[in-house]
This record gives sequence, structure tokens and C-alpha cells, in this order.
Amino acid sequence: MPDDAPAHTPATHDLGGASRFRCTPIDPDDSPPDDFGKRVDAVRQLLAQKKLMTVDELRRGIEAIPAEEYHALGYYERWLRSIASLMLEKGVIAPEELR
Amino acid sequence: MAAPPRPESVELLEKLVAALSARGILTEEEIAERQAITDRASPETGARMVAKAWTDPAYRALLLSDGTAAAEAMGVTMAGAPPLGVLEDTPTRHHLVVCTLCSCYPRAVLGYPPHWYKSAAYRARAVRDPRGVLAEWGTHLPDSVEIRVVDSTADYRWMVLPMRPAGTEGWSEERLASIVTRDALVGVALPRVP
Amino acid sequence: MSAAIAPGARVRVRDDWPEERGPCHIRTPHYVRGRTGTVERVLGAFPNPEDLAFGRPAPRRTLYHVRFDQKPLWDEGNPRDTVLVEIFEHWLEPLAEGRH
Repeated sequence: MPDDAPAHTPATHDLGGASRFRCTPIDPDDSPPDDFGKRVDAVRQLLAQKKLMTVDELRRGIEAIPAEEYHALGYYERWLRSIASLMLEKGVIAPEELR
Repeated sequence: MAAPPRPESVELLEKLVAALSARGILTEEEIAERQAITDRASPETGARMVAKAWTDPAYRALLLSDGTAAAEAMGVTMAGAPPLGVLEDTPTRHHLVVCTLCSCYPRAVLGYPPHWYKSAAYRARAVRDPRGVLAEWGTHLPDSVEIRVVDSTADYRWMVLPMRPAGTEGWSEERLASIVTRDALVGVALPRVP
Repeated sequence: MSAAIAPGARVRVRDDWPEERGPCHIRTPHYVRGRTGTVERVLGAFPNPEDLAFGRPAPRRTLYHVRFDQKPLWDEGNPRDTVLVEIFEHWLEPLAEGRH
């Protein structure tokens, strides 16, 4: 980066080149999702088919998760968080149903 | 290793499914059916496409110009799926696919993405230190070969067409497909003759 | 579809940081903003994800595959290596010939 470049902090999900993970070896785990992950994925697909959400909205919801939680949550846990927030935001379900 | 979901996440999922079911939005049967359909997609499809491209010049041309049509020609349902693009490796260029923003992956032809593809380390490092990433898979390319990292940032999904290795002359498509691994289709590894 | 930028053209990615101004959803990774690359291919036109993410009407925008040399992005790495990124038209500025 040139010295005069303004400092910008990339969003949490915008991970390309992130220094935080520079020296982190890649976890060779190549297993497919567990049952929880597959179930979240199936629900996501169905809600998209039924025009209740788009993949873009899913991503927006994931990107809204605060940084430390983003990295602490599992991949499909982030999806679930986003799907639940979207269903509340759109009034498809009511907050008390998730409590 | 991918950690198991927290109990509160499992609970949230069940409450969400119950709420959606109660409103008649979805059913357990639909979830099971959707999951079964998704489970059927696998890297064997991508491997068959590559093996066919290695033996059939017309199919190779189709694969490179219109990956979606090439997938459909192999019986894959691409309706509703993002368009598929295919990246041709050459003696001087090797492709590596990543999604730095989320985890876009050509699921229609490769199935579920593996855990590592979705990891922060892979997403962070692939665009900055591709040679270091490849080395973790035991893949070493000479400095004279360009590594072209493809960051799947928008509407396409990308698959690599690796080079056919020497020593496979006269092999059937089926045998060729057997050496095309999921890792080779993402670009972290090369097809190898056992 | 009218693609205004032809393959081979040099382009600059807008040095814009909407995430610093409020809620948004963008598909232009931080590491190419303000950087110069070359249009490799026109990929088609797709509804703008920046609108789709908020459930707004999403006009179609041309999507380009833009190639960047990797070394200048990070000031490290192999000078032959490149990165190919899908970038929407409204993030690209044509670069006049003769500029870097």
C-alpha cells in the first residue's frame, strides 16, 4: 500500500488477505456439513424457493453479525442467525416464537 | 475440525422450523426431500465433465464457452442454479478458486463445499499467498507458471478444468474421471496417476 | 445487453467504502478498491446484489471479470500471479490510455 493511502478497515466478512489469518494453517477437514448444517441449508433453500428470502439477503444478514461472533459461530450457525433475523424482519414469524 | 453446533443454535433451528411449519410455510417432508436432493450432488459430476472434456474436443469447447450447458449435457439440473464458468489450466497457467466474501462454490457440480473451503484461513490466504496455500496440499508449481486466483465474488460459480496428466493415454472416460478429485476441481491439487 | 467496456480495457475500481457510511451489502472485495486491472471478459448482466440484499427493485448491471496482478495488491508474491474478480459496472472507471 502506498504510504499516503487512507486507512480503511475491511468489513469482517471481507476476508481476502486478512493479516489475522496469515499464519493460520488451513484446517484440512474436508467433511461435508453435519446434520445440523444440512438441515439449515435445506430450510434456506426452501425459503428461497418460496420467495421468502434471497441469497443476497442471507449474505446481508450474515455480514451484520458482529466480528467476534462471526468468527466464533460455525458456518451454518451464521446462516441460521441470518435466516432467523430475516424471517423476523419480514414479519414472517414473531419474536416470541423463537424465544 | 468443524465444531458441532452449540445447543442454543440447535434449539433456535427447531424453534424456527416449528414456527415456519405452524404457519404452513414448510414441512418436515419438504426439508427431508430438499436435503436428499442436495445430498445427491457430488464432485463425481465435475470429474465426469473433466474426463469427457479430456477425450471429446467438442465437449471441451462447450465446457469452456458455456459451463452451464455443459453441466446440463451431463444430466445436471441447472435451472435456478447460478451460471457455471470453467477455467482452463494450461502448461503456463494454473487456476485456484476461492470466495473471499462468503463461500460461493459450484454446488450443482461439486456438491457441498468442504469445511476448509469455508474457513477464514483459506478465504484470507488464497488471494494473497496462493503458493503457500497450495503447498499445504503438497502442490508445488514452478515460478514460471502463473497462478490465477479466481475470487468468486458475484453471480458465477467456478470450476477448474485441470490438465490431463501424462501416462493416461488410452484411458476410458470412467478411469480418467477416477483421478479427478474435488480438490483438483477447486485447484488446490492436481490430478495424479496412481 | 450493452457492455460499455471491452475486454482488454484497463479499468480502475472505485476507491469507495460504503460500509463506512452505514448498512450495505457489496460484492467488491476491499483489496481491489482503488486498484487498476484489465477486463478479461464480460460475464453478462445480473440484478444488482446491493439492491437484492435489501429487497429493493434491482436493475440489471453488467458484470465483468477483471484481472489484477497479484504482487502490487499485496506488495508480495510472484510477479506472474494474478487474481480474477467479478466486478459490477458501477464499481469500474475506465482508465485513459497512457495512465498507469
